[in-house]
Amino acid sequence: MNNFTKGLFKENPVLVLLLGMCPSLATTTSVINAIGMGLSAMVVLICSNAVISALRKCIPSKVRIAAYIVIIATFVTIVDMLLKAYMFSLSKSLGVFIPLIVVNCIILARAEAFASKNTVWQSVLDGAGMGLGFTIALVIIATVREILGAGTWCGLPVTTSGYQPALMFILPAGGFLSLGLILAAINLIKGGKKHE
Amino acid sequence: MNNIAISLLSILLSGLLTQNFIFSRFMGICPFLGVSKKISTAFGMGLAVTFVMTLSGTVTYLVYTYILAPFNLGYMKTIVFIFIIASLVQFVEMALQKYMPALYSALGIYLPLITTNCAVLGAVLLVVDTYAYQTLAEAVTFNFSAALGFTLAIVLMAGVRERLETAPIPEFLKGFPIVLISAALISMAFGGLSF
Repeated sequence: MNNFTKGLFKENPVLVLLLGMCPSLATTTSVINAIGMGLSAMVVLICSNAVISALRKCIPSKVRIAAYIVIIATFVTIVDMLLKAYMFSLSKSLGVFIPLIVVNCIILARAEAFASKNTVWQSVLDGAGMGLGFTIALVIIATVREILGAGTWCGLPVTTSGYQPALMFILPAGGFLSLGLILAAINLIKGGKKHE
Repeated sequence: MNNIAISLLSILLSGLLTQNFIFSRFMGICPFLGVSKKISTAFGMGLAVTFVMTLSGTVTYLVYTYILAPFNLGYMKTIVFIFIIASLVQFVEMALQKYMPALYSALGIYLPLITTNCAVLGAVLLVVDTYAYQTLAEAVTFNFSAALGFTLAIVLMAGVRERLETAPIPEFLKGFPIVLISAALISMAFGGLSF
């Protein structure tokens, strides 16, 4: 169970380990996109963790990275084609970032650090936890950006009519700024705990 | 001839400034944050990325146009491209080690990191997906300009970070928060170029 929960907060891949920065900045302009990206990555992470862990005794250690990349790329292609077939508008707005899950450092890092050393079931749990942690982090960033930048959450208006949306938060600069401020807030909370 | 030169120049400038890979497309953020502590290492990383991206842009364009597209294997592009990039990086590393040891010792540590740099895979996928770059020259120029834009961004960031080292910063902003906020400011300046 610990393998599942550690990815959620204590070792959150984005907010604590600072992995997978590109999708977490690029796809967080709206909460819907963030959920789509997070769940796609989670599916790939669970499947690739399971397969890599099942094959961990057959893959020679010299070519392991290449083998991992081929396994991950296979699942990414499957997810990409499924999204194109059943959720075309989401696949259109995530664009090139779906195939780019291949080079998402979170997935390769979990394959190398966890799936190659643990049983299939443990690896699936680890993948699910890390994937969910990734999704949570994306949703937090997207919440900040969408409310400030467009005045909506998941497409629903949440601010009063007098609020003028700050377009900057939807633009790239807002992505860097929001993540920077969220990390600062986490530091502040952690620092507060230390002093007590 | 003149038209071709102008279109190549516009691809070059847009990759370098208005459509900068780091600041407006969000690709290659991991090395951008990881290897931008000192100007010299940032420059080394930029050079290595430029070298690999130009090469991978050429190879993937040829493979896609002459092997994947004629046989309707377009859906294999992600797997094929990442494999090409990974083997290219390995090959470049071995070639440099054997024939140019001086360059190898300068770039060596950055080369393995390039495989997982999403700017490399992102650029070659964009060339295929957007259909905006039809000829080999355009595709290679696009990759080259994206890599130059990456180098510009990472060297600028390293310059800012060297100054930040000695600046008095509140405790909770130290480390990544202040780096991301500086990146946001640079990104705003780059955003101004595209209007």
